[in-house]
Amino acid sequence: MATPFSTQLVNLLAAFLLLLAFAMLAQRRVLTLIKMFAWQGAALAASTLIVAWSTGQHHLYFSAALTLALKVIFIPWALHRLIDRLNVRWDIETLINIPATMLIGIGLVIFAFALATPIAQMASTLTRSTLGIALAVVLLSFLMMIVRRKAVPQVIGFLSMENGLFFAATSATYGMPLVVELGIALDVLVGTFIFGIFFFHIREQFDSLDIRHMEKLKED
Amino acid sequence: MTTASAVAFQLLQSVFVVLVAPLLIGWVNQCRAWLQNRSAPSILLPYYTLAKLFHKDAVIAHDASPLFRLTPYVLFGCMWLASGIVPVLATSLPFAPAADVIALVGVFALARVFSALAAMDIGTSFGGLGARREMLIGFLAEPAMLMTMFTAAFISGSTQLTTIVDTLGHREFAIHPSLAFAAVAFAMVLLAENARVPIDNPTTHLELTMVHEAMILEYSARHLALIEWAVALKLFAYFTIGIALFLPWGIAQAGDWAGLPLAIAALGAKLALGGAALAVTETVLAKLRLFLAPEFLSTAFLLAVLGMLIHFLVLG
Amino acid sequence: MEIALVLGVPLAGGLILALVGHLRWAPEVNAAMSLVTLGASALLTGRVIADGPMLALDEQFFVDPFNVFLVALTAFVAFTTALFSRPYMRIEEHHGRVNAGRLRLYHSMYQLFTFTMLLCLLSNNVGILWVAMEGATLTTVLLVSLYRTPASLEAAWKYFILCGVGIAQALFGTILLYFAAEKVLGPGGSSLLWTHLYEVRHELEPTVLSLAFVFLLVGYGTKVGLVPLHNWLPDAHAEGPTPISAVLSGLLLNVALYAVVRSKVLVDGALERNFSGNLMMGFGLLSVVVAAFFLSRQKDIKRMFAYSSIEHMGIMTFAFGMGGTVAAFAGLLHMTVHSLTKSAIFYTVGHAAQATGTQEMASIRGLIQQSPAIGWGLALGTLAILGMPPFGVFTSEFMVLTTAMHEHPWATPFLLIALGVAFAAIFSKVQPMVFGETEARRLPHPPALIPVFVHLAIVLLLGLYIPPYLVDWYRQAAALIG
Repeated sequence: MATPFSTQLVNLLAAFLLLLAFAMLAQRRVLTLIKMFAWQGAALAASTLIVAWSTGQHHLYFSAALTLALKVIFIPWALHRLIDRLNVRWDIETLINIPATMLIGIGLVIFAFALATPIAQMASTLTRSTLGIALAVVLLSFLMMIVRRKAVPQVIGFLSMENGLFFAATSATYGMPLVVELGIALDVLVGTFIFGIFFFHIREQFDSLDIRHMEKLKED
Repeated sequence: MTTASAVAFQLLQSVFVVLVAPLLIGWVNQCRAWLQNRSAPSILLPYYTLAKLFHKDAVIAHDASPLFRLTPYVLFGCMWLASGIVPVLATSLPFAPAADVIALVGVFALARVFSALAAMDIGTSFGGLGARREMLIGFLAEPAMLMTMFTAAFISGSTQLTTIVDTLGHREFAIHPSLAFAAVAFAMVLLAENARVPIDNPTTHLELTMVHEAMILEYSARHLALIEWAVALKLFAYFTIGIALFLPWGIAQAGDWAGLPLAIAALGAKLALGGAALAVTETVLAKLRLFLAPEFLSTAFLLAVLGMLIHFLVLG
Repeated sequence: MEIALVLGVPLAGGLILALVGHLRWAPEVNAAMSLVTLGASALLTGRVIADGPMLALDEQFFVDPFNVFLVALTAFVAFTTALFSRPYMRIEEHHGRVNAGRLRLYHSMYQLFTFTMLLCLLSNNVGILWVAMEGATLTTVLLVSLYRTPASLEAAWKYFILCGVGIAQALFGTILLYFAAEKVLGPGGSSLLWTHLYEVRHELEPTVLSLAFVFLLVGYGTKVGLVPLHNWLPDAHAEGPTPISAVLSGLLLNVALYAVVRSKVLVDGALERNFSGNLMMGFGLLSVVVAAFFLSRQKDIKRMFAYSSIEHMGIMTFAFGMGGTVAAFAGLLHMTVHSLTKSAIFYTVGHAAQATGTQEMASIRGLIQQSPAIGWGLALGTLAILGMPPFGVFTSEFMVLTTAMHEHPWATPFLLIALGVAFAAIFSKVQPMVFGETEARRLPHPPALIPVFVHLAIVLLLGLYIPPYLVDWYRQAAALIG
């Protein structure tokens, strides 16, 4: 059974996306994290473009352009500026060590694949097999948010989770209606702004972006 | 394809690999030198080194057991066997049924056990150090290696290397994301198993940072020559396994003399490219601290597992 | 047109106050904008009661009895909270806890928050509903950390991250919903319209919808404050300024529950009733029990009432989960009275904390002596929220309990015990605060306590006698749900 070339390309890009999500789990340097996030955005935009071209859905061209502008160019640039001013470079410690994190990651990937297979069989799109990968990216980003100690990697995990969701939308349903995508993009943009402002407040107050400073509010 | 012709092919291949393996090492060193902006030694330098070593007298410690003397021959034999049965020039060779990927991994494991035992044989501290480190790396690298091979095996439906090569080489061109993952994992395992940067620096002279070199510190003359040759054969074997799994095009059929020049040319090109890539990787990456080696290898393992999972999900 | 006013005024207000929010008369502008919004929503309500459900603007907005009453409630509480925040924020500025710049942020975000909540309620597009819900989170995050203390930063960070993750799951649920809808309605914007989905709900794929509902419940449920996703709630309520605690407790939780209930209506059409209902009942019951027990250990007054909010949202979720007209009616009534009572309580608590300078319950004493209005307000509010007759909370809780005893008797002991524990805890803590000796100083500005008594009066009224048009209104809404 020969799958069309465009589907193969999208599958390859999906695998690349998953690889990046895994690599982000193991990465310690914040600059590299941002670069990987930018690459994720690029892979996402490329796959949306391929789907748009091969299925003739014109609103996906807009989606791809929006993703490119927002997630490959603007947000990484904003994050770069942020970490320059905040002087954040490394995130040495994680909550659990990296090989253990990656083992949990594999478990999550298997879970995501198992969850997605019945749904994918019902889909009518050509790219339905990548729904499992999209869900896996979401879960891996979620894991990344949990195990990180500094604020910036947590935020990048959050944004990467949103990438995964967007990919899920594209692979299962050829993207959501444009107005909704615009709304989501707006939310992501505003969210990033607010995160930025937040970092400064946290830095001002605690002189560090280590999350452990913010674990004082507990049940008595 | 007569039996005599096939046997001739097999002999030809076995001789070919033994002769060409040091050339690969020479080429990698040349590329490294170019990248480091030095003038390179001759590409035939490994041959000169081997010749020099064979002429010398072997010096062996008093406490050395027969195992110590036996190991270089065992190592050389294992590596020659391994690189001889991997489909380098042609598929469907007489020894091909023995070229099962699991058997290959077993052969490498045998070699590793012997070298570790020999390292500890004399009782020097560096030998023990090298042996322990080698075992740590090997312990983690083996599952990763097996997983990458299983991914290719799932796609072609058999663990025999020749079948894999036949299936993947003669299919229409298709992008398999699972193979992409497996390829990355295999590259990482190749670096680890062959004692290359970022796991081990082959040109280091600082014993405390050595892994592989520390095990062979006590060897000299012909024993050292055989071991160096075995190292070259190991790298060659790994390269050819990688080529067979991921880039199998251009290979000839056994007995097909007409396809032989193309096979040799294709092999030469792929090895040259692979060697250059290895040199670039070694130059760009820095050697990892030893406690990070397990992370590196577990990443390789997990990538291989991911590749397998993706194969089942995407069927690609 | 009313919808344009209802949405346009807060949006414009937010933008205007972004420019002038730091000026002396900014709180008055804030209150005025909220008043106009209230007026517009009253007109809208009248229209819907007279003409029935309406679609607007190319079917992008949908108003039926269910959401119009929530719109009216939201606009009303937003207005009274704006009135309350006038002297409250002035006192805070006087005490030095906020400066003019932060007040500007506060006022403009307040209006924008109202805008996002109303958009969420009025939108017919499930995707836009999600966008608005996320928008509501975003507008309030910076407000929770307004005081810039370490505790408030931590609370705001937790709020942002936890609600963000939750909302992302809700997004996945929405995508799955769209996925199921696309097969029946075809791709394009109309597949996300709730009215269309409602019409074809029996044809939507059951497996996909059940998975979608789980994600939607977990996602929006995080915003409702259901246990175990409630972690952000006590912190955000305790550390933010009191008007924000009031609107978060009184309004945002309601809007999130509204989203859950709308999803439930769709899913009930595709699956057998029990799946979504059971899930909601389970989460609701868990929230009630856990919140009641945590309540008794609290030392900070706002945290205690935050847990009380979790408990009441649990009761509402349980009620909607049970299904049926009576339970839905009870749920809707409870939404109204809880919203009014809780905000009233927060108003009094806010002023009490300002007067004594602390939120620790052990340090607050003798409120009746200090300021009879605050003291009586808190006392009556507490009685109301604890479900004492003749207040309205008693009516709705009674209806929930009787329905539970009728249909799900196993749940009744849990509910009763939890309500009892909460009663004992809150009562025992509030009583010494209201009565007792104290030496606290007077407040620099007279506190605005008229909103408190207005709210409590409405709740009392609803407990004694619900006007027939209101009954009718609730019944129509309940029929839509149950």
